[in-house]
Amino acid sequence: MQQPNKLTPFFENLNFERDDNTMVINFGPQHPSAHGQLRLVLELDGEQVVKAYPDIGYLHRGIEKMAENMTYNEFLPTTDRLDYIASTSNNYAYALAVEKLLGIEAPRRAQVIRTMLLEVNRVISHLFFIATHALDVGAMSVFLYAFREREFGMDLMEDYCGARLTHSAVRIGGVPLDLPEGWVENMVAWCDKVDKEVKNTYEALLTENRIWRMRLEDVGVISAEDALNWGCTGIMLRGSGVEYDIRKEEPYELYSELDFDVPVSDRCDSYGRYRLYMEEIHQSTRILRQLVQMYKESDPQLMAHAPQYISATKEEIMTQNYALMQHFVLVTQGMRPPKGEVYVPTESPKGELGFYIKSEGEPYAYRLKCRAPSFFHTGLLQDILVGTYIADVVTIIGSTNIVFGEVDR
Amino acid sequence: MRKYTPKDNVQAKSYYTDRYWVAPRVPREAVEAGTHFADVVEAMKAFAKESYIEVGQLVIHIDAAENFDAIKTLKEQCGYSQCSEQSAVDYLAKDGEFELFWQLLNIKEAKRVRIVCRLKEGEAIESIVPLFNSANFAEREMFDMFGIKVNNHPFLKRILMPDDWEGHPLLKTYPLHGDEFASWYEVDKIFGKEYRDIIGPENRDPARIDRYDTKRFSRVGYEVPFGADISEGEKEQPIEYSETLLVDYNKKAGKQLDQRK
Repeated sequence: MQQPNKLTPFFENLNFERDDNTMVINFGPQHPSAHGQLRLVLELDGEQVVKAYPDIGYLHRGIEKMAENMTYNEFLPTTDRLDYIASTSNNYAYALAVEKLLGIEAPRRAQVIRTMLLEVNRVISHLFFIATHALDVGAMSVFLYAFREREFGMDLMEDYCGARLTHSAVRIGGVPLDLPEGWVENMVAWCDKVDKEVKNTYEALLTENRIWRMRLEDVGVISAEDALNWGCTGIMLRGSGVEYDIRKEEPYELYSELDFDVPVSDRCDSYGRYRLYMEEIHQSTRILRQLVQMYKESDPQLMAHAPQYISATKEEIMTQNYALMQHFVLVTQGMRPPKGEVYVPTESPKGELGFYIKSEGEPYAYRLKCRAPSFFHTGLLQDILVGTYIADVVTIIGSTNIVFGEVDR
Repeated sequence: MRKYTPKDNVQAKSYYTDRYWVAPRVPREAVEAGTHFADVVEAMKAFAKESYIEVGQLVIHIDAAENFDAIKTLKEQCGYSQCSEQSAVDYLAKDGEFELFWQLLNIKEAKRVRIVCRLKEGEAIESIVPLFNSANFAEREMFDMFGIKVNNHPFLKRILMPDDWEGHPLLKTYPLHGDEFASWYEVDKIFGKEYRDIIGPENRDPARIDRYDTKRFSRVGYEVPFGADISEGEKEQPIEYSETLLVDYNKKAGKQLDQRK
């Protein structure tokens, strides 16, 4: 225990009195670079980290517990609160897991809209990443530019579903609404703008910037073996030279029909990952442009036809007695999927987001486990921070792109 | 007579049950010869009690004591180089067991295998951290949420809940709104247990809203002057909290958890 006096004042966050001459500091949980509520206990020898201990749980809301007490449709809006930077990717991952359990497939137009929303969310999330990461490292202006484009992206989401952050834009079995008029044109215009801005502004500001390269190059090096061992996914894995993108390898939705590249970097450091984020934005806009034609060619059906599990369209409910009865049962009792268990991985902007659902044939999931990429990326911090300098800690945390909604759940 | 509610599973249940309705099962397919999964089944022959394909993924049931060897075989012989997820399912009410699963990924083949085993209550499982570091956090979370002990884990400690928490939140015996301990956690910690009586259940909840308080809460829809009395002579009704379960998690017989009853 510290004995505060004039010479050794009491610092809540610091502990100097250690036998081995190291200092222990509390990084967070209220640190602007902690990306939410990360408490990182660092043991420092001079400026070098000797030991790092990520302490999480400050944002724990018991989402998995709530899933056991909600019907499947009730739980869907709760998934918004996992990765709140790109909510639709969570909604989608959950909806896909339930669809796999039910054995149904969304109709073509719903698939096109979902893929569009997923990619818009990916761009939004990546723009958010570059904004906050640059801000953490010290580049203020990139934050302002990237948030501008992100605002336009959120406007697109708002035009579609009315919400900017917690979208709930996907339903189990499809999507609730068709795209509003002019949305596709706005989306293409936004893609052009994002492409142009990423290329001419962000990459021009950062990629060859001497300070940026000095802060990022050879910082946070993760070997391919370590990345696999620690459960890294998404860009954390591809930044270490392992080419694995769930969209390509285990395609879901329309990704098998779309033409896009999976950028891989074998630099294994933060700079390589930064380059991948930039490249993925371009790939996402490329996917979005291809989807425009697919959207025009698709039939207008939006929800899968599975009367046992999914309500009919509003028009049918209002006109047909049986559809109304079905709807009443589904709303008051909830759907009862078959018994069984399913694990469905999807490529969220942060990495592999998977939902494990164990169903006992009841309207409530018996067990739902959300495999959140950021949870494992936070675990990795205790390994990669050791030996780095205190100034690089913020860069490395930023580079892992963790979001605490899904770490703590 | 008060309605009987089972104490071993206090999670939400459907109010409507049809005793003649039998839930269908997600189809389980046999492993076809010549596929990648057939090779995995062959390599895992010594451990597998049952294996089948469910929704495109191979599921292998093993014995809980052999989990380390089985996963080691899978990693070294079948190329499953990533442990995506690991957790448990509570079947204590039905079978007195937990069901544990490990979700493994083969990067080269893009195939996934789920290893499943049953673990009796009170037994411990062997840690797989020497094989996969990703299990470090996952096993800690499993310990935190279910109280399943993990042998040889480098740092088995609560991860999401506070260190001094009592009870394991994802057990089916744990109510959604928390138990006695959870509802008094902040009061006990900040003021001490003796303050429970002074503070009282009506002030325990920091999010509590008094309907008649016009000083701190505004009316929505009909505005009233600041501090106006809108109770119309009606007595204030104390907020009713759901009855929490008196589960003695530490199995200390004779310890009365709720002092107020």
